[in-house]
Amino acid sequence: MHALPAAAPPAPQRQLLVGSSLAVVAMFMLTGGMLAVWLLQRTRAIDDTGTWVPDGVTIAEVPTNVMLISFVGICVFAQWAVYAAHRRDRGHTALALGALFLVALLVINAQAFTWHEMGVAIAEGPYGPMFYAVTGMFVALMIVGLLFTTVAAFRYIGGRVGDEELLIAHAIYWYAMAAVYSAVWFVVYVTK
Amino acid sequence: MTTIESSPEPAAAVESDPDARGTVSATQSDTEIESFLAPIADTLGSTDHKVIGRFHLGGGLLGLLAVVVVNVLLAVERIDGAEALLDEGALPQLFDAQRIGLVFGALLPLAMAACVYAVPLQLGARSIAFPRLAASGFWMWLGGLVLNIVALVNNGGTLGGDADMVGLFIASMGLMAVGLAATAGSVATSILTTRAPGMTLRRIPPFSWSALVFSLGVILVVPVFVGTLTYVFLDHRNGRSGFGGNEGIFDWAGWMVTQPATFLFAVPAIGLLAEALPITFGRRLPGRGLMFAGLALVGVAAFAAVTQQNLQGLPWEGGGLDTTDLADKTRDLVPYFLFNVLPVLGVVIVALVALLTARPDGEIKVHLNPAFVFGFFGFGMILVGMVGNLLYAIDDLGLQGTVFEEATLVYVVYGAAIGAMGAVAHWAPKLWGVELSTAKSAPLAFVAVAGTVLAAFPLYIAGFLDQPAGAVYDDGDLSIWNIVSTIGHVVMLLAVLAFVGLLAGSIRDRARHGDGAVDDPWDGQTLEWATTSPAPRDNFADVPVVNSAEPLLDLKQAASATNDGSNA
Repeated sequence: MHALPAAAPPAPQRQLLVGSSLAVVAMFMLTGGMLAVWLLQRTRAIDDTGTWVPDGVTIAEVPTNVMLISFVGICVFAQWAVYAAHRRDRGHTALALGALFLVALLVINAQAFTWHEMGVAIAEGPYGPMFYAVTGMFVALMIVGLLFTTVAAFRYIGGRVGDEELLIAHAIYWYAMAAVYSAVWFVVYVTK
Repeated sequence: MTTIESSPEPAAAVESDPDARGTVSATQSDTEIESFLAPIADTLGSTDHKVIGRFHLGGGLLGLLAVVVVNVLLAVERIDGAEALLDEGALPQLFDAQRIGLVFGALLPLAMAACVYAVPLQLGARSIAFPRLAASGFWMWLGGLVLNIVALVNNGGTLGGDADMVGLFIASMGLMAVGLAATAGSVATSILTTRAPGMTLRRIPPFSWSALVFSLGVILVVPVFVGTLTYVFLDHRNGRSGFGGNEGIFDWAGWMVTQPATFLFAVPAIGLLAEALPITFGRRLPGRGLMFAGLALVGVAAFAAVTQQNLQGLPWEGGGLDTTDLADKTRDLVPYFLFNVLPVLGVVIVALVALLTARPDGEIKVHLNPAFVFGFFGFGMILVGMVGNLLYAIDDLGLQGTVFEEATLVYVVYGAAIGAMGAVAHWAPKLWGVELSTAKSAPLAFVAVAGTVLAAFPLYIAGFLDQPAGAVYDDGDLSIWNIVSTIGHVVMLLAVLAFVGLLAGSIRDRARHGDGAVDDPWDGQTLEWATTSPAPRDNFADVPVVNSAEPLLDLKQAASATNDGSNA
C-alpha cells in the first residue's frame, strides 16, 4: 500500500449549506415545472373555452395575501435565529424559532381556509386537480419546513448552541419557500 | 451486537431442572437468531457508502437482467408481425415494463451505484455526505420498483384496465424518482464538500466529475418529473379531463424514459472511459479541462433538450437548403443544433481527448484493463444511440412512430450498462477485494457489444423500413430484422449473466481461499488506489493531501526518483 502523507483534519466544508442549497434548487425545479404546466393548460383552456377558473369559484384574496405577507415575517424570524445563534443568545434563538414555527402553522391554516373558501371541486375540469396539486405541493413543502424548524430547535435545546450552519441552512430553506409561495401566489391567485 | 455467555453454574442447574433446561434452550435459540439476524440488520441499515453502492448495484443488475428478459419476450413477439404469440392483453404492460425497466430499473440505479461506491474513495473522503439520505434513497427506489412491478402485473400501466393499479403505477414512478434524487443529492454534496485537502474541483478524477454532472442533472430533472406525475395522478383519479387519463401518462411524463434524458443518465458511463484513459496509456490525462468541458456539455445540452421537447424536430423538406427561405431554415437549424447536436459534440470532445491521450508520443505502453475495454465499448454504443437520435429528429426521414426510437434507447441503455459492468470490474478490488482480470472480463465486453449491436441495429433498419413502434406490422419482409434483434437481446442476456457469474465466482473464491486483489492492481493514479483492497469501513486511515490531479502518480514518481538517486 502506498502511504500518502497525512493531512490535518479537513476544515468544515459547509455540508449542510450545500445540501440545503441543492434541496432548494430541487424545490425551484418542482415548483417551476408545475407552474409551467399550469400556464400551458391555462392557455389551452382559454383558447378552447374562453375561461380557466371554473364558474362559481372565487379566488380567496384575503387569506392568500395574508399568507404572502406572513412570509416576510417567516424570513425575518429565520434570520433572527441566525443572528441570535451567532451571538450565542439562547433566549432569542429559541424565541425566533418558536415564532417562525407558529407563523408557518398559521400559513398552513390559511391555506386550508383558502381551500374551504374557494370550494373547488377536485374533479372539475383540468383546474380542480391542478389547483390541489399545486397548493398541496406547497403545503407539503411547508410541512417539510416545519420539520426542519423542529429539528433545528431540538438540536438547539439539546445543547448545540451556536449551531450556526444548521440555522443558516434553515433560513435558506425558508427564503426559498418565500420565493416558492410568491410564484404560486402570482400564477395561481393573481393571474387566475 | 450483544453476546450472552452462560456461566458453569446455571448450566449445572439446568441439568437437574427440566423447566430451566427449556428456558435456557430458548435463550440459546434467541441468541442464535440474534447472531444470525444482527449482521443482516447491520448490513441493511449500513451507512457505509460501499454497502449502499452495492445495494444499488445489486438492484440495478437484477433490474437489467429482468428488463433484458422483457426485451427478449417483446422481440420474440415481433418475429411475426401479424400473429400474437403472447397474450395480447399483456403487451401494453410489457412495453411499459421495457421502458420503465430500461431507465428506472437498470440505467439509473447502475449509474447511481458507481457514483455512490466509487466517488468518496476517489475524493479521499471517509464517507459519503448524508449517508442516511443515500441509504433511504435506495430503499425508496427499491420500494417504488417493487410497487411498479405489482401495478404492471395487476393490469396497471399506461393502457391498464384497473384504475387503482394505474394510480399505483404513477405513484411508484414518483417514489423511484424521489429516491434516486435523494441519493443524487448525497453524491453531489459529497463531491462539492468532502474532497481531500488540496483537491480542487479541477483536480477531481474524471469519473467524479461525470458523477457531479449526472447527479446535478438528476436533481434538476427529477423534481419536474415528480411535479408532472402529481398532476397526472390527481387528474387520473379525478375526472381525467386535463391530462388524458392513462394514455396521457407518457404524453406528459414519458420524456423521462426516452432520449435526450437518457443521455444525461449515461454521463457516468462516458466518464468511466475518461477515467480509464490515463491508466491504460500510462500518462497523465492531457486536455483535462477539455475533457471536463466535454462531459459537462453532454449533461448541460441534454438537460436543455429535456426542457425543450417540442423544439427538437427538424422540419426539413428534403431537396437541400432553400436559399430563398434561409431565415426559416436557420430557425429550424438552430434549435436542432442546440438540442440534438450539442450532446453529440460533447461526446466527440471526450473522444478527441481520448485520441490525444493515446497518441504515439515516444514510447507508450498500453495496459489493457476492464475499465478501458468496457468503457470504450459502452461509450461507442452510447454514441451510436446519440447519432440515431440526431436522425430521429429529422421529420422528413419519417422515423417518428417507428421502432427506431426504441433502438436508440436500447443503444444508450445497453451501452451504459456495459460501462457499469466496467465500473464494477474496475473497482471490484475496493468493493470486495477481488480482481476481475482483463483476460476473463474483457471477452464479456465483446459479447455484450455484439448483443447490443444485434439487438438495436436491426431496429434502426426496420425503422427506416417503416416498422411501426409496438408489436404489429404488415410487411413480412421485416421479420428477419426482428429475428436478428431477438438474437441480440439473448446474447446480451447471456453476457450479463456471465458477468454476474464471474463476479460471484471471484467473490466466492476469495471467501474460500483468501487470495484477494492487491491494493493497486491497475497502476492507478488517483486516491482510491492508495488504500487497502477491499477498502476499510472509513476508506482511509489518514486523510491524504493532494497536490495535483494524480496524487498517487506523484508519489510513485517521487519514490522512483528517490530509488534511482540511491542506486546511482
